[in-house]
Amino acid sequence: MINHIWFGLILIGVITGMFTGNMDQVSEAVLKSAEDGAMILIKLIGPMSLWLGIMKLAEESNFTDLISRVIRPITTRLFPEIPPNHPALGAIMLNISANILGLGNSATPLGINAMQKLQTLNPDSQRATNSMCTFLVINTSSVTLIPATIISLRSAAGSSAPMEIIGTTLFATTCSTIAGIIADRILRKIWS
Amino acid sequence: MALYLKYLSEWAIPVIVLTIVAYAYFKQVKVYEVFTEGAVEGVTTVVKIIPYLIAMLMAISIFRASGALDILLNILQPVLQFFGIPKEIVPLGLVRPLSGTGSLGIVTELIQQYGPDSFIGRLASTLQGSTETTFYIVAVYFGAVGIRNTRYAIVAGLIADLVGFLAAIYITRMVF
Repeated sequence: MINHIWFGLILIGVITGMFTGNMDQVSEAVLKSAEDGAMILIKLIGPMSLWLGIMKLAEESNFTDLISRVIRPITTRLFPEIPPNHPALGAIMLNISANILGLGNSATPLGINAMQKLQTLNPDSQRATNSMCTFLVINTSSVTLIPATIISLRSAAGSSAPMEIIGTTLFATTCSTIAGIIADRILRKIWS
Repeated sequence: MALYLKYLSEWAIPVIVLTIVAYAYFKQVKVYEVFTEGAVEGVTTVVKIIPYLIAMLMAISIFRASGALDILLNILQPVLQFFGIPKEIVPLGLVRPLSGTGSLGIVTELIQQYGPDSFIGRLASTLQGSTETTFYIVAVYFGAVGIRNTRYAIVAGLIADLVGFLAAIYITRMVF
């Protein structure tokens, strides 16, 4: 799947560029994207180190066990393949909480940490498991209570009620998360 | 209500950090040493993501810079408008799953042009807050653990994005 999408974007892009006369922009964009990617990741190193440190503490002290026990009624249904009390559940819980609270810079490292723990349960280290796909879909559709970035953007633009979009955002994200989980359950049966 | 949410957002990180560190401390964990032991993995984890993110960003940037995305937009806009989707919002819906900075730029423009409290301004805000950059998440989350076969994850993520897009339009119309 990803091979087709990747090749398709490049092929269509370069051929379009030939006809639209945008080859100079394409040429510039190729190298700029690589630089941008590196910059994004350099900025990620700090939060990544910080949250991996905190999560190591949560693991060593068995704090993650405590969390997984509390959320077990939900997680056993969402992630039936993860053994109860597995540390992955605690990390997943913290990532989802960070997303709900609009703490994007912390959600990514916590999500990666959860992926690393899901990887320890994976029999084929290069192929995504069902649980990984479910987790990824929950993340891309993330239920959000406080869309922090957009609220600050609205208040900077002089909105009289920057937070009035909280209700609509909560509704839209709840719909997309439910749709994502349903899609996950159907697709896993037909996708090898 | 709004004020409580603001406090919740501001308090969350310090309270989570304190809770985990204090819990470990009282469980006799050597907190400082164990923290640094975990944090040392930060750099290697991020380094593993580099090839995946560069691959993804390169393909997306070629698609955008060549004008292919604009052509796709010109085709989609009249079709979607026929189904009652405001044409101003279509570029945002299309760019959102591909590029986080790109979509943030579009939202900023829409808010400036139409005003934050206009219908388009509110719709753009709801959309930006309610969907994620699916391609970035796939590259970063799967890349960090070396997953190459992403199976159906992108398709399921895009289905969720589409439903979020339609739900945002529906609810913004209903509420405002």
